[in-house]
Amino acid sequence: MSIWEYANPKRFMQTSSWALPWVTGLAAMVLVTGLTWGFFFTPDDYRQGSTVKIIYIHVPAAMMAINCWAMMLVASLIWLIRRHHVSVLAAKAAAPIGMTMTLIALFTGAIWGQPMWGTWWAWDPRLTSFLILFLFYLGYIALWEAVEDPDTAAELTSVLCLVGSVFAILSRYAVLFWNQGLHQGASLSLDREEHVADVFAYPLWLTIAGFVLFFVALVLFRTRTEIRARRLRALEARERMV
Amino acid sequence: MLKVRDLGVSRGGITILEGINLTLASGAALVLTGPNGIGKTTLLRTIAGLQLAASGTALLPPEGLAYAGHADGLKATLTVAENLTFWARVFGQDGIGAALTAMDLDALADRPAQNLSAGQKRRLGLARLLVTGRRLWLLDEPTVSLDAASVRLFAEAVRSHLAAGGAALMASHIDLGLGGAATTLDLAPYRSRLPEPGQGGGFDEAFA
Amino acid sequence: MIALLLRDLRLATRAGGGFGLSLAFFLIVTVLVPFGVGPEGGTLALIAPGVLWVGALLACLLSLDRIFALDREDGSLDLLATAPLPLEGLAAIKALAHWLTTGLPLTLAAPVLAVLLNLPSEGFGPLTLSLLIGTPALSFIGAFGAALTVGLKRGGLLLSLLVLPLYIPTLIFGAETARRGAEGLATETPLLLLAGITLGAVAILPFAAAAAIRVNLR
Repeated sequence: MSIWEYANPKRFMQTSSWALPWVTGLAAMVLVTGLTWGFFFTPDDYRQGSTVKIIYIHVPAAMMAINCWAMMLVASLIWLIRRHHVSVLAAKAAAPIGMTMTLIALFTGAIWGQPMWGTWWAWDPRLTSFLILFLFYLGYIALWEAVEDPDTAAELTSVLCLVGSVFAILSRYAVLFWNQGLHQGASLSLDREEHVADVFAYPLWLTIAGFVLFFVALVLFRTRTEIRARRLRALEARERMV
Repeated sequence: MLKVRDLGVSRGGITILEGINLTLASGAALVLTGPNGIGKTTLLRTIAGLQLAASGTALLPPEGLAYAGHADGLKATLTVAENLTFWARVFGQDGIGAALTAMDLDALADRPAQNLSAGQKRRLGLARLLVTGRRLWLLDEPTVSLDAASVRLFAEAVRSHLAAGGAALMASHIDLGLGGAATTLDLAPYRSRLPEPGQGGGFDEAFA
Repeated sequence: MIALLLRDLRLATRAGGGFGLSLAFFLIVTVLVPFGVGPEGGTLALIAPGVLWVGALLACLLSLDRIFALDREDGSLDLLATAPLPLEGLAAIKALAHWLTTGLPLTLAAPVLAVLLNLPSEGFGPLTLSLLIGTPALSFIGAFGAALTVGLKRGGLLLSLLVLPLYIPTLIFGAETARRGAEGLATETPLLLLAGITLGAVAILPFAAAAAIRVNLR
């Protein structure tokens, strides 16, 4: 019994069709519980008032934005090394989700930043990094869209994901360097993880778990769609040959 | 010189030819025939290593081969001699005089390639084969846009290449008049059968 | 390999080779900036390093799609791929030729254009040095992007979309070097980081580009 068994598309379709309803249900339950708890059953922050509650969407979305790219990197590597089609299709399926998560993180951040910092946008290293991450998602998805042949597209996007990851990390550190070079230290740091009191932290962990489950459900769902699209393509090609 | 074992080739992810076995000894030429779209170009590209084989192997001579496709790879702003010299140097050879003479390009040597006619460009593209110094030639429709005199010129070049111990695998519709050295292989029997749904091994067939 | 480099340089300098187009573009962008931000010398001096770096980067971008697309169109790329020349070497040579015909002229033109933008005199050295060290990275990253899109009919726009995010670290360290130089600050740290990016790109990206070309030729 090896984990690679699930790389067989048939096996993947069977398992995922069984798992999908459970994961989806669990994701919905955890998300609803976490968000309800966070929004209605936590006290307002003494300094930030009720605006702090956007943290329950902002932080999980931001985490998923990064983790999604990491997942795509792993999936691309699996494709490049072991040639499992399901893997690269999962990466393709995950990209728009990751991009949406990045957008959610950016927008909720802007909405949060407006009352807190008095500005929608600042070239804070962390904000800038997310904007750059968004650009990387954009390029990855655009390359998938542009290349006709699915195997060629798989190969090229995987190489791009690999090289892009290196440059994304480089950009992250370059941005840190750049901002300190230009401005004063990051007085607008978003890094308040350590300061969050337990009363805020428990629902936050719950919403993070909810986002992860939600992400898994979406990826499963979209990968199934991609596999079916491939199957359809093969059938159409067969029809043209007859 | 060339040993192809049980080769299958695919185009757009679909296997179009399979089970091809052929050997080419030095001094021999093999002409591939078959209707348009059967996969002559794909087969040549696969043997040249530009495409992955769907199955089987192609064993090439260790020094490599010279491939001539539909496009001649000429640079319009370089002269005939410059184009040829470039390819000679890429293949580690020098001296382009013999190739120019063989394809009757001496008078055009200093003319930019953009001022050549289609047939003259093709001749230059074929002269490139002569400067590669490779014994195995893969030729894809080498006589396209050549006039009768140029075809004779090219046939002569192929003959002397074979006589010097070379070999050629080509896709061509016209008879070059190579005589006993050339054999013909019709690709039609190798056309791949459609796999039954769910029977093929590939990813696209793995689940029905 | 030398033959390939010489051919590419010769092609670039012949009619229609595009040599000089990037330079002209760089000049025009630099001339347009004062029209956009006003003629006030202090403001121009402040933004000069950044403008020149962004201008050089865009001028570099302009000629990227020529790196492999022309050879693909006339069939040379197929023939080169079957020639006794590793594709990795091909990619590296092509990127080098691109730098010699684009990055190097841009670097040499930058100090002249810096005069137009009132760059303080102490900034000229760091600006030129940062471009000299940084533009090879632009060419090698660009060659990778060009290799990714070589199979596409109209890959130019996609090429920009793919390559520009990859240019961010180079731009940041390069412009930072030039800016610190103009302000009379120490420039070693960003310059070394810039050199690191260039060396990394030169060492690794030809392999990625060769992999992409191989796939695109199929």
